[in-house]
Amino acid sequence: MRRIGIDVGGTNTDAVLIQDDAVVAGVKTPTTDDVTSGILNALKDLLSGLESGPGQIDAVMIGTTHFTNAVVQRRDLKPVAAIRIGLPASASLPPFVDWPDDLAEIVRGRVFMIEGGHEYDGRPLVDFDSETMRAAAQEIAVSDITSVGIASVFSPLTGECEEAAAEILREVCPDIDITLSHDLGRIGLLERENATLLNACIIDLARRTTRAFTEALHQSGIEAPLYMTQNDGTVMRAEFAEEFPIYSFASGPTNSMRGAAFLTGLNDAVVVDVGGTTTDVGVLQAGFPREANNVVEIGGVRTLFRMPDLLSVGLGGGSIIGPDGTAIGPVSVGHRITSEALVFGGETLTATDVAVASGLIDLGDSAAVGSIGQTLQKAAITRIAEMVDEAVDRMKIDAKPVPLIAVGGGAFLVPDELPGVSEVLQVEHRGVANAVGAAIAQVSGEVDQVFSEMGRSASIEAATKLAKQRTIQAGADPESLSVVEVEDLPLSYVPGDALRVRVRVVGDTAPNQ
Amino acid sequence: MVDSREIKEDELTPLSTGAWILGAGGGGSPYYSYLNMREMYKAGKRVTLIDPMTLGDDDLVAVISSMGAPLVGQERLRDPEFATKPVRMMEEYLGRKFDAVMALEIGGGNALQPLMVAAVTGLPVVDADSMGRAFPEAQMTSFAIGDLQMYPLCLADIRDNETIVARAASWKWMERISRKICTEVGSTAATCKAPRSGKEVKDWGILYTTTRAIELGRAVENARAAHEDPVQAALDHEGGALLFRGKITDIDRRATEGFLRGSATIDGLDNDSGSVFRLEFQNEFAIGTRDGVPVAMVPEIICVMDTLSGEAIGTETLRYGQRVSVIALPAPPILTSERGLQNVGPRAFGYDMEFESVFPDGASV
Repeated sequence: MRRIGIDVGGTNTDAVLIQDDAVVAGVKTPTTDDVTSGILNALKDLLSGLESGPGQIDAVMIGTTHFTNAVVQRRDLKPVAAIRIGLPASASLPPFVDWPDDLAEIVRGRVFMIEGGHEYDGRPLVDFDSETMRAAAQEIAVSDITSVGIASVFSPLTGECEEAAAEILREVCPDIDITLSHDLGRIGLLERENATLLNACIIDLARRTTRAFTEALHQSGIEAPLYMTQNDGTVMRAEFAEEFPIYSFASGPTNSMRGAAFLTGLNDAVVVDVGGTTTDVGVLQAGFPREANNVVEIGGVRTLFRMPDLLSVGLGGGSIIGPDGTAIGPVSVGHRITSEALVFGGETLTATDVAVASGLIDLGDSAAVGSIGQTLQKAAITRIAEMVDEAVDRMKIDAKPVPLIAVGGGAFLVPDELPGVSEVLQVEHRGVANAVGAAIAQVSGEVDQVFSEMGRSASIEAATKLAKQRTIQAGADPESLSVVEVEDLPLSYVPGDALRVRVRVVGDTAPNQ
Repeated sequence: MVDSREIKEDELTPLSTGAWILGAGGGGSPYYSYLNMREMYKAGKRVTLIDPMTLGDDDLVAVISSMGAPLVGQERLRDPEFATKPVRMMEEYLGRKFDAVMALEIGGGNALQPLMVAAVTGLPVVDADSMGRAFPEAQMTSFAIGDLQMYPLCLADIRDNETIVARAASWKWMERISRKICTEVGSTAATCKAPRSGKEVKDWGILYTTTRAIELGRAVENARAAHEDPVQAALDHEGGALLFRGKITDIDRRATEGFLRGSATIDGLDNDSGSVFRLEFQNEFAIGTRDGVPVAMVPEIICVMDTLSGEAIGTETLRYGQRVSVIALPAPPILTSERGLQNVGPRAFGYDMEFESVFPDGASV
């Protein structure tokens, strides 16, 4: 099995080639504004370094922080029309009610609240008001809105109203993007609606980005299926991923943690990923990122997605250092580090310059940082160590010393010793751990169907068996399967003791695939 | 406390956090009530909290709750105008205006229900409730334990269906009749329970529970901010006990007959590794067994918290794979009295066992 893993970050695009259980090669190149040429450069660097040529590539997996960055930095987001079907219920809490004001201002294109929706037992709440829906569609048609999110009360039970609304929309506005909340699952109207609207506001960016990935792969001459990595460390075919970018939101940190586990062989550790602008600290438990609690906020928006529990601090290789060395970041030169840092001929004092001056790493022109005084160096290095220490301490759940794996382009900033840490591991390919994580992404199998007249435990058992089969069919090693989600919803409106069961199973790719 | 004071905006989150813990898994997620309150505070509304002992004996107090299965509350969200509807119905029916509002239960979203009504009507909120936690049924209140009158009851549905239960033969009849109506309108309804006189509240209410919830919430939030263990902070604040830590491996849950019923299974982690904990619930957690042996039961407060964040988890928000801590908190003394146990002890929930306290040496609340 030979797979290429690519991580497209805000600063760098990294690529690795993995054969079976070993990293064959890894490269780091700057991310470009058009994304495509950055990936092409990375692939060219990666493959040109191979003595035996590229050979057969079985799959290419891409992870990216593009979508989450777009939301966090409030850029490339499209205004969205939110359609809530559920009046007269829930009127006081309209769509966007719990969004941060600045984000809502960008994304809240139009809000329509329409009568309809269902009861918990499948009866209609009130009749769906298709006339008002049609009027809304006509208003959207003459506006500049290109994407719509639709959420109906109790749609995880029956998507009927959302489908009916989508049909009217497609009739009136044939080219519009539509995200339906029941495709994103889960009881919890507000949280499901939030996820739907987030998805809707980045669907255009996701499509452009995913197509740029596909185009880059095509131009590179690699004939292999393209996958996008998801929040839970599994992959999804690119053509499906472009419709549901919300599933790829946290894939960057997940990949770097899974990559750290792969590179060190450790399953339980703290992972410190130092990028260009921020440092993400997460915790590996049994080889997987520890998940955040019940409700996860993306860019300040509450959703019900499973995401790794992360702490981000404004420390990176490009962090700008204040004149006395004690003020570090959060402002960073980002991907302009290769022209703005002192060691690269620029005029800005960055964390990387201090690291070169103190001999932590050999990079660029070390003579350019010869003038940085000892006092400033010491102050900056001490402050950096404090920042890492604080973050690690906050993420640990008990006082027991744990190993720490330093990864990312700025991993050299992590001190050799820290309180509460048994050892600091700096391993080969640490700088491209996220691309490694993408390359070793798992495959998943899901079942979401209605079982009748079987009873609950037999239904769940049947669904689990089927999900496991599908995971193995997707290429998983049967020995590595684990059930990550089981959910059942009684459908009391369907005769015959019907139960909607959702089971998700993940597994490592079988080595002989 | 002082006789009356304004509830500050920065008390709304601690109240939600504390109420969610005291809810024993029920009362509905306070998040939606909190959002409604935040929006109303933004619009300039303010709510006054009054000391129950300052009520005149003849003052008339509205007892407020949203009734139904908590799962439904996640899709049909709370609404202040709608919450106020049964209060107006009751005033019209009685031909008399209320002097104050209070919570039926201090657990979950229902702790904030009277605040929403107060923000709409301008009435003050009494710092008290009738459970000191949340319970599923009408007869499970301190007012029922005190054998006070259980009618009339006003119940509103979002579709303009209004019902008044003018009389009921007993608290249990009131429960049965009102539950049927509630189930028919989708297992969620805004209610105004039998009105109480100021004297009844002072004699039989569970007093100062709004303040207690705010203080508990603040203790948990402070611990979280200081990166200390928020679960321990809740235990310390309430004199509670940690029962189990583990990972949820099964949830069997049904919205049925107007309740959310079911069970959750938790596989032990750390010190509890190798053991299995099972929780049974009817809106609220009723009983907890460890490896088949009952270790906690109603009326003591069984609460499930996210092990890391200390966020309470309701019976409707339990999910496969969550890492949780199960804790028990002491119940208000009136609930564990002989008459109290008849209404809210394990037998009242259909478990054929004597009440055994998690706190055998006595606990003080």
